[in-house]
Amino acid sequence: MSAALEVRSVYARRGAIEVLRGVSLDVAPGRICALMGTSGAGKTTMLRAIAALGPFDSGSIVVDGFALAPGAVPPESRLRVLRRSVGMVFQAQSLFEHLSVLDNVTLALVHALRWTRERAESEALALLTTLGVSHRASALPRQLSGGEAQRVAIARALAPDPTLLLLDEPTSALDPARRASLGEVLRALAAEGHGLLVSTHDVDFAEGFADRVAILSGGVVVEEGPPREVLSNSTHADTRALLRSPSAEPRV
Amino acid sequence: MALAAVLVTACARTGDSRPPLRWGGDAEGGAPFVEADPADPSHVRGFDVEIASMLARGLHREPVFVQVAWASIEASVERGDFAIGMSGVEDRPELRAQHSVSVPYYEFREVLAVRPADSAKFRRLGDLARRRVATLGGTGAYEMLLGEQARSGLVPISYDDDVHPYSDLVAGRVDAVLLDNIIAERSLRRTGGFYIQPVPVATGHYVAVLAKRDSALRDTVNTILRARMRDGSLEKSFRAWNVWDDSEARYFARALADTAHGAGTGAHPADRSIRAYLPALLRAAVVTLVLSCLAMALAVAVGIGVAAGRVYGSRIIRAPLALYVEVVRGTPVLLQLFVLYYGLSAFVRLPAFLAAVLGLGLNYAAYESEIYRAALQAIPRSQLEAGRTLGLSEAQILRLVRGPQALRLALAPMTNDFVALLKDSSLVSVITVVELTKQTAIYATNIGSWVVPGMLCALIYLAMSLPLSRLARRLERRWRAA
Repeated sequence: MSAALEVRSVYARRGAIEVLRGVSLDVAPGRICALMGTSGAGKTTMLRAIAALGPFDSGSIVVDGFALAPGAVPPESRLRVLRRSVGMVFQAQSLFEHLSVLDNVTLALVHALRWTRERAESEALALLTTLGVSHRASALPRQLSGGEAQRVAIARALAPDPTLLLLDEPTSALDPARRASLGEVLRALAAEGHGLLVSTHDVDFAEGFADRVAILSGGVVVEEGPPREVLSNSTHADTRALLRSPSAEPRV
Repeated sequence: MALAAVLVTACARTGDSRPPLRWGGDAEGGAPFVEADPADPSHVRGFDVEIASMLARGLHREPVFVQVAWASIEASVERGDFAIGMSGVEDRPELRAQHSVSVPYYEFREVLAVRPADSAKFRRLGDLARRRVATLGGTGAYEMLLGEQARSGLVPISYDDDVHPYSDLVAGRVDAVLLDNIIAERSLRRTGGFYIQPVPVATGHYVAVLAKRDSALRDTVNTILRARMRDGSLEKSFRAWNVWDDSEARYFARALADTAHGAGTGAHPADRSIRAYLPALLRAAVVTLVLSCLAMALAVAVGIGVAAGRVYGSRIIRAPLALYVEVVRGTPVLLQLFVLYYGLSAFVRLPAFLAAVLGLGLNYAAYESEIYRAALQAIPRSQLEAGRTLGLSEAQILRLVRGPQALRLALAPMTNDFVALLKDSSLVSVITVVELTKQTAIYATNIGSWVVPGMLCALIYLAMSLPLSRLARRLERRWRAA
């Protein structure tokens, strides 16, 4: 089976700072990869480059067979294939504030995929049921709790059935019980065959639910492997620093 | 003897310290009434200036000129801004009911000016059924046209100045102009291109107007005026300004024989005038409302386009749009209306109402575009990026995500602007559209009081703007609570 995501030697610069300096990583279908690192390590820059929201300067990013070229982000008209294969859940959930939960999930199905409203709504309700938030279908985003909003955002990103799902710090707004239940949800998605790349600095979460862990430090992946190996036997200073910090450390 | 000398000196001193005679007129009205002296623009000249000097001399006081808008002369004299108002002020019953009015010092003729080609066709007002006829607002001529409107469907067009009626006649925007022969002849000399019908439509008189309480001063003014009529000083002055003819001589003879002329015609009951003017006020309110709605619709449409261009466009698009917004916001809307209506008339002759809609609409579009731009930029970037990762096109994101939320943010400032526009629409009277404020001014000028017309006008404006503000508040609350 081909990789859901293949990143090779990606360099990216933000102003004068070289944020990524040769990052390589892979995500296989049906697998969860946790991209870890301290704040400012470049996790978000990496995810944004993969989602074609931010540029990268050199290297290659291939998503489900679609290669992104280095340089400025191409216009949306040239990204149709990529948009079908990559879903993204933002750190601040960024739900559409004026639309109900159901309309948030159906928007892309109706307008990007041109489904009928009935088909889109039944698909959306099925997703919301799987994620345990179907009772909130008619609520507006500002009426949701943090955990509910997180699940709705996942449902919205999953609706077009992407090969690769990117999640940026999904646990930062959740209490430990919610974190565990989000982990179960992500495992179930992986079991369906989605590849997941989750940026996090939550060690417990990575240890509990990820298949592989990549530690990002100084713009490169310094360690990579199964969570138990990387997180328990690490010799790398940055990994140890990460392990020492409280896992629920909120990102500012 | 010594005592007498002291007394004389004292009297002389009191004479010297008499306050100057402040008199008001509108130098914008121009010669031969009152105009700024071309040789020394800080001085005024004209036959009204000379009459003011005669009055001041008769009162042993120094004349001091006070500039005042022609339509405000009566209100200003009653307020006490000056003692005597003179600038081709027309005698009419309402004026006498509200103020102290001098004997008429000049008889003018209301004459009809038409394009030379129409000179045989339009001889009298009766020939102008359903035609546009221009005049100055708030004058006897305007009243006459209103009367004719009821009879024949003639369309009266009111102007704030006496130059543009004639230029619009020559340009074909109106079919005739009814105004004082003095003004008509002056315009004929100045610009020409039209024909004055020799048979006058009516005659009227110029008077000096004083505050109601100044009836004693008025009597002195009358004595002085009659003396100057008798001794030929007035005739000399009128001759100097080229407005003396045989009919004027006959009028002077008649006026001096009949000293009782000009007795007041008594009070004009206010309730009768309310009933007479209310339909006109309501019609004018409809003009205001329709004008404001059309202008706002244009402002919203253009504003959205400009905002979208400035948020999404390349630099080549953004630069001219930014320039448009800055120029429109940095110059008075009054100037923009003048340029649109008069300035462009050489290239495109816009009807007044269309020019008003365009002028107000394009002006407000600049302000609306800034509201929309701010609202568009207030939508979090992460929502737009979420839209992109979902595969929506930029146009879809604008239409489905960014636009609807921005509209909710823009609603309150938009409502404010619409209420402001409703009131700013009063400015279009400068390009001859009679809307609510203009109609009120006409009403107030005619009955000589602002109290009742002002209150009625305010009530109508409030009746239009209050429901709007309430509707906006309700929409806002619903969107917030939903």
